Formats: sequence, C-alpha cells, structure tokens
Amino acid sequence: MIQTDILIIGAGPCGLFTVFEAGLLKLKCHLIDALPQAGGQCAEIYPKKPIFDIPAYPEILAGDLVDRLMEQAAPFKPGFTLGERAESIVKDDEGQFILTTNRGTKHRAPIIAIAGGLGCFEPRKPPVERLSEYEDHGVEYIIKDPEFYRGKKVVISGGGDSALDWTNFLADGVASEVTLVHRREGFRGHPDSVQKVLDLAAAGRIRLLTNGEVVGVQGEGHLDALTVKHKTEGEIQLATDHWIPLFGLSPKLGPIADWNLNITKNAIEVDTLDYSTNVEGIYAIGDINTYPGKLKLILCGFHEATLMVQSAFKRIYPDKNLVLKYTTVNGVNGF
Amino acid sequence: MSTIHVTIIDREGISHVLEAPTDMNMNVMELCKSAELPVEGTCGGMAMCASCHCYVEEEAPGTLPEKSDDEEDMLDEAFHVEDNSRLGCQLQLKDDMEGLVIRLAPVG
Ligand SMILES: Cc1cc2nc3c(=O)[nH]c(=O)nc-3n(C[C@H](O)[C@H](O)[C@H](O)COP(=O)(O)OP(=O)(O)OC[C@H]3O[C@@H](n4cnc5c(N)ncnc54)[C@H](O)[C@@H]3O)c2cc1C
Ligand code: FES
Repeated sequence: MIQTDILIIGAGPCGLFTVFEAGLLKLKCHLIDALPQAGGQCAEIYPKKPIFDIPAYPEILAGDLVDRLMEQAAPFKPGFTLGERAESIVKDDEGQFILTTNRGTKHRAPIIAIAGGLGCFEPRKPPVERLSEYEDHGVEYIIKDPEFYRGKKVVISGGGDSALDWTNFLADGVASEVTLVHRREGFRGHPDSVQKVLDLAAAGRIRLLTNGEVVGVQGEGHLDALTVKHKTEGEIQLATDHWIPLFGLSPKLGPIADWNLNITKNAIEVDTLDYSTNVEGIYAIGDINTYPGKLKLILCGFHEATLMVQSAFKRIYPDKNLVLKYTTVNGVNGF
Repeated sequence: MSTIHVTIIDREGISHVLEAPTDMNMNVMELCKSAELPVEGTCGGMAMCASCHCYVEEEAPGTLPEKSDDEEDMLDEAFHVEDNSRLGCQLQLKDDMEGLVIRLAPVG
C-alpha cells in the first residue's frame, strides 16, 4: 500500500505543480497516470509545440514545460504510479481514501486531488461490426509486449508514427507476416519511418495495402481473417492471427464518472473557494473541473492547485495555522 | 462586426442556424463550441485529433479552402469518412461562407 498526504490523479501540468505547492506546506504527494509518462496533454498531444501564455515564458515548448515542472517538483520527491488508471475509491475506518488502479495497485491518502484533464487517453476504435467480440482474442489496440506476436501473422492499420514504427519493428524478425493497411498512399508519420516501410514493402518483407480499409472481422472465438475494402480491387480477405488498429488516442472521462461527484458536461463541479468537490476530501483542479467562468488554461490550473493545497492542509491539520511564506525568503526545503 | 449564417446539423439531426462572426479569427469547430454543440476540439484546432470531423452538406458561394496535407492525413485516420468530409477546425469563417451547411460526423 502506497501512503501519502495528497494523492493526485493525473500527472499533467496541474498535477505536477500541485506537488511543488504541497511541498512548500510539507505535504507529500503521489501521482497516478494512465499514460506511461508524466505531462498529460502537453506530453501526449503536443510536446514539440510552443505555448505562449505561461507567465514569464514568452515562448516554451510544451515538452520543456513538463521537464521544468518535473524539475521544480523534484525536491519534494513525488511518487509515481504510471501506466495505471485510477479505478475505484473507498474510505477506510480512519476516514482515509483507498484508491485502487486497474492493475490492483493500492494507494492510501487523506486527500485526493483529481487533476485528470480531459480524462484517460484511450485508443480510438474503428467502427467495425462485432469488433468488441474479438478484443483480446486477436484484436489489440496497444502493443504491450512485442514478443506476443513472435511467429504470428499480424495486420496493422493506421498511417501515423505508431503504425509505421510497429510495422517496422514487427517485420524485423518478430512476426511471421506483417501487413500494413492504410486508407491512402500518403502517411502522416516521420519521413524516415515512411521510407523504411516503403523499402520493406519493395523488398517483399511486408505487404503494404494502401487505399484499403478493414471493414470486417471473422473467426470462431479468435480472429482468423479480416475483410479489407479496397478502392479499386473491391473486397479482399486477409488471413491473420492478429489485427492491431493504431488510430491514436482520445480522452474519455472514464471511472471518475462513477465516484458520486457532481458532473456537468464531462467536468467536475467545484467550489471556487478551494476547488473542493461535493465529496469531502476530494478536490478537482485543471481541465477536469468546472465553475462559472472556467477557462481550460494551464495558468488557471496552477492558481487552482495553489489554493487547493491550502485547504487540503487545513483539512489534514485542523489545529495548525498556516502563514504565507515567500519562497524568496524561505527557499525551497525539500524532503 | 460582420456575421454570416452557418447551419450546423447535430448528431440527432437537428439543424442549428448560427450567426457566425467573420472578424474574430474563428473556425467552424470553434463556432460549434461557442454554441455549446457537442464538438470536443481536443487538439485545439491543429488538425491532430479529428474530433471536429464534419460533412459539408451544402457549399457556400465561395469555395472552401483546399485541404492541407495535415488535414488529409488526419482525415485518413478518422472514421466514417466521406467525400465531403472536412475538419471543422480547418474551415476558417469567411464572408463568402454565408449559407454553408455542415453536419457533424459521428463521434469516434
Ligand atoms: C494542442 C493543444 C494546445 C494547447 N495550448 C495551450 C496554450 O497555449 N496555453 C494553455 O494554457 N493551455 C493550452 N492547452 C491546454 C492545456 O494543455 C491544458 O489546459 C492542460 O494540459 C491541463 O492540464 P491538466 O493537468 O489539468 O490535465 P492534462 O494535461 O489533461 O493531464 C491529465 C492527465 O490525467 C490522466 N488521467 C485522467 N483520468 C485518469 C485516471 N482515472 N487514472 C489515471 N490517470 C488519469 C490523463 O492520462 C492525463 O495524463 C493546449 C492543449 C492542446 C491539446
Ligand atoms: S480540433 Fe482537432 S482536428 Fe480539429
């Protein structure tokens, strides 16, 4: 069991800045994120794009902002549970929250701060009939362990970097047969990866089916064939052991919706006094919350985090008084 | 302030005739969001998410801008794509778009 003072769901910019502000009050934090890396939208959607409205940074790349936030939080030694989704919350006899992830990791804390942004990033699933019946029976949206595909026939769909990179990787002596199906001739991925795929196809080491789209899945209990609709050749049957549709990720509110929080339009209602929710001890900050006048901006999330930890402190130590101390005067005293 | 009229047909088939400003540097995705229609705009309008995927049902007098490579590439990864598919965030509102009719694509 991981014990901490403030358990933060979501390691985006707002979750990360909470660690710093909580640290100044000597509160420890632990972050949980469904993604394998910290940084939320900044790291997952636009790490190489500039942001122009972070105070005192006329321009900063989203990825660099995340690095700076990690550096700023480092003295307070935050814990991380990455690649796991916060699934359920219960209260124990002492009034502390026990949070369990989808992989069963348990965390305990008196305070929960939800900084879940737009929600959990989940794979986008193509609209193919009966697809769900084959999930984990030959259809996978995420490659967890490439070894799983050793000696197997694999079809990959998509035109972005992950589709190209995995095609190249699995064709390199892992899978017995690799077919890449893409709707058009052009690819969105990195030019080097595109060239590699084209070279492999020219050398006959993969099958490249452009202008095609998977429209059907077949098999008894386990996938054994796909139907591809081709622009000029009509329907093509492809025998395969696995189909890996890689169409990127899209955020879904996920399990948070079932935690008895007041939710409007996919966002958690909070009191702007301290960003508390309707459940005592649970706060919500950043893109995931809503209140009159809410703006989904990083700057606003930082402000929310700062006020929220003050309230969290008073909840944990009702008898202690807090005095505002400038970091300039006191410095940053890590744990 | 100059405005035009753009009709958005939502996913339930209901038409919304919106007054769209053409001098606020706004696109169709943003127009939908400002009218609280269910368009996420996850990537903020960078042709990176396809959550603003829509169909051009009726063209306006002016021709719409050509699809950029980025828009083509992203539409390739979208679902339910038709010949009249566009990304709403790539359609900047202009004076010659009076009467444009847009239908929102299914979520996914
Ligand atoms: C393309 C683009 C450009 C942008 N430009 C700007 C800009 O110029 N200026 C600006 O201020 N803002 C900008 N934004 C918005 C900004 O990125 C967000 O406001 C900010 O990322 C919100 O931070 P957050 O910490 O609240 O949430 P996020 O960054 O969304 O992070 C939330 C994290 O929580 C995780 N999570 C959610 N639910 C769970 C769960 N149940 N279990 C585990 N993990 C979970 C998610 O995986 C995610 O990593 C932009 C956004 C985009 C997409
Ligand atoms: S808003 Fe993301 S593609 Fe248009």
